[in-house]
Parts: sequence; C-alpha cells; structure tokens
Amino acid sequence: MEKFRTHTSKAIPLPIENIDTDQIIPARFLKATNKAGFGENLFRDWRYNKDGSLNSSFALNDPKYSGSILIAGNNFGCGSSREHAAWSLADYGLKVIVSSYFADIFKGNALNNGLLPVQVSPEYLKTLIDAVQSDPETQILVNLEEQFITLKGSDKKESFEIDAYKKLCLLNGYDDIDFLISKKDKIEEFEKELNTQI
Amino acid sequence: MKKTLFDKVWDSHVVDSVENGPQILYIDKHLIHEVTSPQAFAELEQRNIPLFRPDQVVATADHNVPTLDQHLPIKDALSRNQVQQLTENCEKHGVTLYGLGHKYQGIVHVMAPELGITQPGMTMVCGDSHTSTHGAFGTIAFGIGTSQVAQVFASQCLLLSKPKKMRINVNGKLRKGVLPKDVILYVIAKLGTNSGTGYFAEYAGDVFENMSMEGRMTVCNMSIEMGARGGMIAPDETTFAYVKGKEFAPKGEEFEKKVAYWKTLKTDEGAAFDQEYSFDAEDIEPMVTYGTNPGMGIKINGQIPELDDISFEKSLQYMGFRKGESLLGKPINYVFIGSCTNSRIEDFRVAADYIKGKQKAANVNALIVPGSQQVARQIEEEGLRQVFEEAGFVLRQPGCSACLAMNDDKIPEGEYCVSTSNRNFEGRQGQGARTILASPLIAAATAVKGAIATPYEEEVAELV
Ligand code: SF4
Repeated sequence: MEKFRTHTSKAIPLPIENIDTDQIIPARFLKATNKAGFGENLFRDWRYNKDGSLNSSFALNDPKYSGSILIAGNNFGCGSSREHAAWSLADYGLKVIVSSYFADIFKGNALNNGLLPVQVSPEYLKTLIDAVQSDPETQILVNLEEQFITLKGSDKKESFEIDAYKKLCLLNGYDDIDFLISKKDKIEEFEKELNTQI
Repeated sequence: MKKTLFDKVWDSHVVDSVENGPQILYIDKHLIHEVTSPQAFAELEQRNIPLFRPDQVVATADHNVPTLDQHLPIKDALSRNQVQQLTENCEKHGVTLYGLGHKYQGIVHVMAPELGITQPGMTMVCGDSHTSTHGAFGTIAFGIGTSQVAQVFASQCLLLSKPKKMRINVNGKLRKGVLPKDVILYVIAKLGTNSGTGYFAEYAGDVFENMSMEGRMTVCNMSIEMGARGGMIAPDETTFAYVKGKEFAPKGEEFEKKVAYWKTLKTDEGAAFDQEYSFDAEDIEPMVTYGTNPGMGIKINGQIPELDDISFEKSLQYMGFRKGESLLGKPINYVFIGSCTNSRIEDFRVAADYIKGKQKAANVNALIVPGSQQVARQIEEEGLRQVFEEAGFVLRQPGCSACLAMNDDKIPEGEYCVSTSNRNFEGRQGQGARTILASPLIAAATAVKGAIATPYEEEVAELV
C-alpha cells in the first residue's frame, strides 16, 4: 500500500445521501477475478446514459469539476460488503472521500486500500460542498498526520477521527496481514486454550 | 462485571489487544463464495502465504449461478470463470466446496445454518454483508471486505475495534399476518438506515423468543440494513432443537456439553447497552417499502410521507411514486420470493398455504427461488412444488437469483417487483428495476391479485 500523509486537491461534489455500494459499482460488474479496472464502471448507472454515452449532468462528467477528493452526502457506502466499491473509487483515481457519515464495512474496506474516508460534521460538509460548487477551483487540504481537513487558504480547520492503528498503517503504508502473521504464535496458543475451554 | 450476550462471545474470542488500537479477534468459521474470494486467494498467492486453517473455511457458489439447468455449464463466460476459479482455489487450498450440483449447495446464509455449521457462541465471517443472518443463533457473525477475507485466510483472525452495543426490544403479540420480515422492516423504518452504524444489535423480547429459527434469521439478516454490523438473539431451546441432529452439529455427549455452555450465552440482568429501543408488537403491521433504501417503509395501508428533501425526492422519482400516495392496489408485474432473507422452507410454506387453490394474476411473472438444495428437496417432499406450479408460479433452482441479478434473473427496466429480498437500491434487481420489499405473504397475495395486496384486507381496513 502507498503511504499517505497529506493530500491537496480540487474536489468533486456529490451531495446525494445514502449512496450505496450498488450505485458505486453495480453487481453486474463484480464478475472480475482481479482488482484492476473497476474505475471504468464507477457509478456506472449514474455516469453513463442507457446508450453508453456520458451523462453530462452527473458531477463526475462535469468538466467544471476535477480532482482526487470526492465530497459525498451523508451515509456514504451503505449496503453490501463488496470491496469492489473501494477498488473502483481508488482505481478511478480518488484518494479521499469526505462525508458526514460512512457505513462501517465500506470505511474498513477503503482504509485497507489506501483510500481515506474523512468524516466531518454535517455543517462542515455543507461548507465544503458550497465552496466547491461556487468555485470548482477550490483546493482542499487533508492532513492525516494532524487529522484535519481545510479549505486551502482558510484558517478554519475541521478535525476528523481515525483509528490510531489504521492511521499508523496508512502513514507507513503497511497492512493488517503482515501484522497478523507476526502474531501467529499467540494465535496458535489461543486455539489450544479455546479447544480445552469449551 | 455484567456482560451482554455480545460481550460474552466477543470477549471469549479476543486473542490479544493492540495498544491504543484494535483487538485481534479469532474467527471460528469462515464462509466464502465466488464473488468476493478470488482477489483474496490471489493476494495469498502473490505474497506466498499458505491458508492457515482450511478446515474452518466452507465455500459455496451462490451469487452468480443460474437458476435453470444447473447441470449444464454456465452460459455467461464471466460467471463461469468466477465459479471455476472458486473451484480451483478450493482444490488448491484444501477448502470444502459445496458447488453447483452438490446436494448442500445454496445461498451461503441458508446452507450453513441448515447444515449445523452455524452454532451458538461462534464467531463467523463471510465476504458478504448479510452474514449477520447467523446471529440468529447467538453467534457473532458479520460481513467483511475482500482484504479481510485474505486476513482470515492468512491468520484465522481479524483486527477490529469492539463495536458498541444496542438492544432492540419488541414485546407483545404480533397481529395476524405480521411476519418476521414485517418486524424488521418496521424497526428499520422507525430507526433509519444508519442508526446501527458502529453497533452490534441484540434483539430481545417475547416476539423474538416466540419466533422460529427461520424467522430469527430473517430478522438478523436485515440488521445490516440499519447499518449495524450484525444482530444477534440469545440461544434458547428453539435454537438447540434446531441445531440438534444437523449434519455438522456436535453429537451425543458433546452436544449436551455444548448446550450447557450455550445456555450461559445470554445478557446478564442489568448489563449496559450504549443504545436501547423498545417497540410494541401490536403497533406492527405488514410492511412495504416505497423508496430506494430499506428504511423507506410504510405499513401496507399507509401513505408515502411528504418530506421535502432532495434525496427523498430523487428516490420517489426513481420509483415513479408520489408523496402522500398509497401503494395498496398498485399494479405489479413481477414477484420474487427468494434470497437469504426469505428463502427457507417456512417462507415457502407460508406462501404456499396462501396460494393453494388460487391462481396468479395473468399479468404477473412470479418467481420462486429456494435458498438451497435442501430447501428445494423439502419443497418437493412437502408437495409445495405442485401448489406453486398449479397456481402458475415458476419454481427455480437455488441461488441468489433476482436478489442482486448477477445471473439472468433480472427485472426489466421500469418494472415493479414485489420482492422478499433485503435491498431495494436503484438497479439492485436489474438496471432500472423498481423493488418493493415485503414479506412472503404479501408477495404471494400480490402475485394472486396482480397488484399490491394483503391477504387480510378486512383486518387492515379495521385498523384504518
Ligand atoms: S441472496 Fe441476496 S443478499 Fe443474500 S447473499 Fe445472495 S445476493 Fe446477498
């Protein structure tokens, strides 16, 4: 996994609530057996018209907006556990998703793929969306080390929470498997106890 | 210290804690299927890590499989490839697979409980959010992403922070025609789709105590639809009787020993929850959803609320409904009875009981998809096939089917489908398809009438 410290970018506003993983990547695109290429079908049914042409009214297709930060409505990523949702967002080139709420499983999946979910207050979410909609050139800065997000040039910072262990993983670019394997002795010991206990 | 059911199971599975960080949770059983496992196997292979405990992994093919002619090769090349990959991966890593053609094949959350793989007090995971279903046995069961599937492959453990706890109490007597599906749809409509985020739920009260295992599975299945990682119900005599004698359940003396332990798995009097809700069984009526998330539900004779909210309006627009409208009597052309929420034998008994001697309406395509090969055999043995076929319903072979439409069982664009599944998201049952979630009884009545209907119209009328 790539290391993540700070990230500055323009942002794409998508102020829809309850965006579920079926919208992020519809089930019919889950048939691949590797992780690459899902970005092409990210938000498939919103991004493309029925004839396959781009839906120009969808934010990702709006030439005004660009960048690697997505600002989404409340409760982003609800629904299925498909990690394909996180893969498709990352594959599309996104690095940060901002929302006022994230579904549990999605949040974990995102973090496991170096995609940072930043949860802000509903008020601050509105501030960000308004800022980007009124000036799409607005730059947003996310600082993982100090756990804040801000509109570049503004002195108001919004802090965000992140699990201390997950933060360490992202900062150093390592993942859970390495850690768990290093604990194998402990795990085997536990298995022996479990077997005699019950 | 007083503990909840969740605490007891969780705490007994903690291997170690990371300072200022998550805990290492040991996983007893790991279920896998074709869609969310290939990248995890690939990860193991890339990193040259062996599968740590293949005996604790069970695989089935369900999401992608056709529900017709399962003895023939799968026509869709991508689906065939995924199922093939699963078969190869299981062979290579020594994992038991109940694949197509196997007598135990079925939707992962239907087949594991009916085989006795699911047992009280266990920790279980699967790369599928509806793993919460297994909580019906007093099991900590939850869905995980593919990176986590790889973690469990590598270590039989996960790194997790302990979730908060909530309890949902429903007491009283359910009205006639109100099924477990209505109970959970009601709870989600009341609490909303993210009320459970960060929580593990426990369902308590006499409504759940009096419920069958099938009903409890329906309820726990949909815990994820209010955002909770999982939901559980304390094991009791109903649970033990269900598990007893199942293929992989403990036998004889060992079973008795287990039962003695399982009996300790209930929330201690006075144990603390972070959140608690209580509902009255009498207030619950048959439910239908009108929108594009499972929280958008109303009682069947109710009206769509009048909210001013962009997301709400977008949802109604997709569904082709208006604010203030009632759904009763809306013409419906598709009915689907199936999915891990409602494809167990009890669900088909309820449906068949109502359908018997009636005919589906001419405009309706009514699809019945059993959750597993075992359920399919029961349908046959109990003579339900005949009931369905005489009434003009189409009975198919087991799989996820129109629940997520990864195979050919898709609802056409713009059409309404009254479905016993768990998600009414945009396009879930096919591009542009419009899903209305309901119980198997409402689904059956709708198929017969050709429009949204309840078998107990008089009772409902009285309530108005
Ligand atoms: S039946 Fe539907 S919800 Fe259940 S596991 Fe299959 S796809 Fe998922």
